[in-house]
Amino acid sequence: MGNDKMPKKNPLSAQINLSKFNSFMFEKASDEEKRQQDVMSESTTFFKDGMRKLFKNPLAVGSIVVLGLILITIIVAPMIVPYHYEEILSVDGVRDKGAKNLAPFTYSKLEQQYIDNGGYRFPHIFGTDEQCRDYFVRVVYGTRVSLIVGFFASIIVLFLGMLYGSISGYLGGKVDLIMMRIVDVIYSLPDMLIIILLSVVLQTILNFSPGSLLASLGTNMISLFIVFGLLYWVGMARLIRGQILSIKQNEYILAAKSIGAPTGMIIKRHILPNCLSVIIISTALQIPSAIFTESYLSFVGLGVQAPMPSLGSLANAARGGLQSYPYKLMFPALAICLIVLSFNLLGDGLRDAFDPKLKK
Amino acid sequence: MSKTPLVEVKNLKQYFPIKTGLFKTEMLKAVDDVSFYINEGETLGLVGESGCGKTTVGRTLLHLYEPTAGEILYEGTPVTEKNIFSMRKKMQMVFQDPYSSLDPRMTVEDIIGEPLDVHKLYSSRGERREKILHLMELVGLNAEHATRYAHEFSGGQRQRIGIARALAVDPKFIVCDEPVSALDVSIQAQVINMFEELQEKLGVAYLFIAHDLLVVHHISKRIAVMYMGKIVETGTADDVNYNSIHPYTCSLMSAVPIPDPDYIRGRKRIVLEGDVPSPLHMPSGCPFRTRCNHACEKCAEAMPPLTDRGNGHMVACWVK
Ligand SMILES: Nc1ncnc2c1ncn2[C@@H]1O[C@H](COP(=O)(O)OP(=O)(O)OP(=O)(O)O)[C@@H](O)[C@H]1O
Ligand SMILES: [Mg+2]
Repeated sequence: MGNDKMPKKNPLSAQINLSKFNSFMFEKASDEEKRQQDVMSESTTFFKDGMRKLFKNPLAVGSIVVLGLILITIIVAPMIVPYHYEEILSVDGVRDKGAKNLAPFTYSKLEQQYIDNGGYRFPHIFGTDEQCRDYFVRVVYGTRVSLIVGFFASIIVLFLGMLYGSISGYLGGKVDLIMMRIVDVIYSLPDMLIIILLSVVLQTILNFSPGSLLASLGTNMISLFIVFGLLYWVGMARLIRGQILSIKQNEYILAAKSIGAPTGMIIKRHILPNCLSVIIISTALQIPSAIFTESYLSFVGLGVQAPMPSLGSLANAARGGLQSYPYKLMFPALAICLIVLSFNLLGDGLRDAFDPKLKK
Repeated sequence: MSKTPLVEVKNLKQYFPIKTGLFKTEMLKAVDDVSFYINEGETLGLVGESGCGKTTVGRTLLHLYEPTAGEILYEGTPVTEKNIFSMRKKMQMVFQDPYSSLDPRMTVEDIIGEPLDVHKLYSSRGERREKILHLMELVGLNAEHATRYAHEFSGGQRQRIGIARALAVDPKFIVCDEPVSALDVSIQAQVINMFEELQEKLGVAYLFIAHDLLVVHHISKRIAVMYMGKIVETGTADDVNYNSIHPYTCSLMSAVPIPDPDYIRGRKRIVLEGDVPSPLHMPSGCPFRTRCNHACEKCAEAMPPLTDRGNGHMVACWVK
C-alpha cells in the first residue's frame, strides 16, 4: 500500500471516483489470493461432461423416459396379464366365441356372466382382435419383437461396419480405394427392392428343422437380420472410415508415433476412444431405422411370421376393419411412432452432447 | 569442427508423390538437399516462410516420414528404421499446434506418462507418478492438474504439456516445430524463456523452427534460412541477422518490426514481388530468382551452392 494518493477523477469520466473512498478500503491481493484466481473450473471427463449436457436436453430426457417406460411395459406386462399372444380367449375351458373385436375395457357376454357369478377376469386393456385374442398382449409382444429386431440388426450393422470401415480407414491407399468402391456399389442398389427380393428368396432357402431355436425365431426374422446385415452396414462402414481418416490426421497420432508407440497401442489408446462417441450415436440412430424397415416389411407381409406379432403386421391386420375399429390401427402405429421418435431424439441428443466438433 | 556434432543431417531430401492427373504423379520436393549440424546443448534456428518445408525437415529428421534420400546422424551413428525405437529416447519433438497435438480423451498424467509407458521407464506406479509430477513442475504446470483433460487448458499450458511429454524420455535433442506461433505474444515470451531455462538445466539441444526472425535470433546461436525446401543462408545468429547477404534473408530482415522509430525511418523496406512459385513447378536454377531483384542469367542455369563467406557464414547466391 505504498501509493496512498488516489488518482483524481476527471469530471467527465465514467470512472469510479476513487477519492471518495478511504485508501484503507483497498488492500492489495496477497499472493495466496492471487493464486486462488488460478484455480481452474471443476474438472470434467469427456463422458461426464457429455452426460451432463445430455441430461440438460429436455427432448433427450423425455425420450429416455418414454423408452424406459416402454421397456418396463414389455418386460413386466406379459408377467401380469394372464393372456398369451396366441391364446384364443376361453372362459372356464369353454371357447369364448363372443370375445371378437371387443372395444377396450369391455367384456364379452360369457365373461360378464362369469364375473357376475363372482369370478375374476383381467380387463382387455386394448380390447380383443378378430380371432378373440387379447390385443394389449399382442401389441406388447409386437413391440418386443420390433425392438429385438431393431437392436440385433443394429448390432450386426455395427459389427460389420466397424470391422470393414476401420480396416479400410487405417490401411488407406489402394486397399481403401478398392474397399470403398465395393461399398459404393452396394450403396447404389435400390435398398427396398433388394430387401423385398432377398426376403422372398431367403424364405424359400432357409428351412430350419422344426423345434430348433432358429426355427422358433422364424425364417422371416432370420432373413430380416441377413437383409439388414447385408445392406445397411455400408453406411456405418463409410462413417467409421471417415472418422478414422480424420483422426489419423491429428497431430497427436504423429506425436504418439514420435514417442515410439506401436501401431496397436495407437489404435487402442488414441483412435478407438476418439471415434467411440460417433459409433454410439450412429448406432442409436440405426435402431429406429431398422425398426421402421421391419415394420414396413411386416406391413407388406414380408416380416415376422404369424402368429408372432410385430407392430407392422398388427397394423396391417388392423387395416381390414379400419372403419369399424380405427383404434386397432392406432395402438401399433402409436407404438411405432413413439419408439422411432424417441430413438431419433435420443440419437440427436447424444450427438449434441458428445460430438466434439460441436464443442467450442 | 573438431568433435562430432550431436545431430548431423547430410543432403536430406523429402519428396512427396502428388497425384496431378488420373495416372500422373509428380514429385513435390518439400525438402531438397538440406544439410546442417547441431552441437550438444546448442540451438539451431530454422526460419522461412510458410510452406517452405520447415516442418517436413523436422519430421523427416525424426523418421516420422521416411527420408527420400540423405543421411541423419546422431552422435555419428546413422538413424535408420532399425534403430529408430531407441533413437526416440534421444530425439523428441514439440509440435506446432498445441490443440491438435494432445489427445482430447487423455488426462495430462496419461499424456506425459505415455512415453514412460512406451519405453518402460518406471518400475512401479508410484515411480511413474513421481516422474510425471517432476516433469510437470519442470515446465511450470500445477501438479494438482495432473488428472485434468487437455481440453481444459489454455494454449500456453497445453504447449507446456507437450514439452513435458517430449522431456519425459530425457532426450538430448528436441525438434521444436514453431512451438510458440499459435500462442499469444505475451505467452510466447514466457514459453520461450522456459525453453531457454530448460536448455540451461538439462543441456538439451534444439532445432528451433519459427517464421519469426526475432524469436529465432533471441533463442538460437546459429540460424539457417530456408526457401522452397533449400537452405539459402546459414551462420551465426548475428551474422544472419545483421550481415545478411542472401536477398531473401535481406527481405525477411527488412520485414521485422523493430521498436525503434529512428532506425525504422532510415531503413528501406524490401517488398518481394510476385508470388511464391508452386512447389510442384519450381523454377530452374535458383528457386528465388523469380522474386529476386538481383537475378541474372546465371541464376536460371543452376542452383548456387552454399559458399563460405567467412566465420562459417554460408550463402547460396551467385550474385551477392
Ligand atoms: N504429407 C505430405 N504429403 C504431401 N505434401 C506435403 C506433406 N507434408 C507437407 N507437404 C508439402 O510440403 C511443403 C512443405 O510443408 P511444411 O509443412 O514442411 O511447411 P512449413 O515450412 O512447416 O510451413 P508452416 O510454416 O506453414 O508450418 C508444402 O508445400 C506442403 O504442401
Ligand atoms: Mg510447419
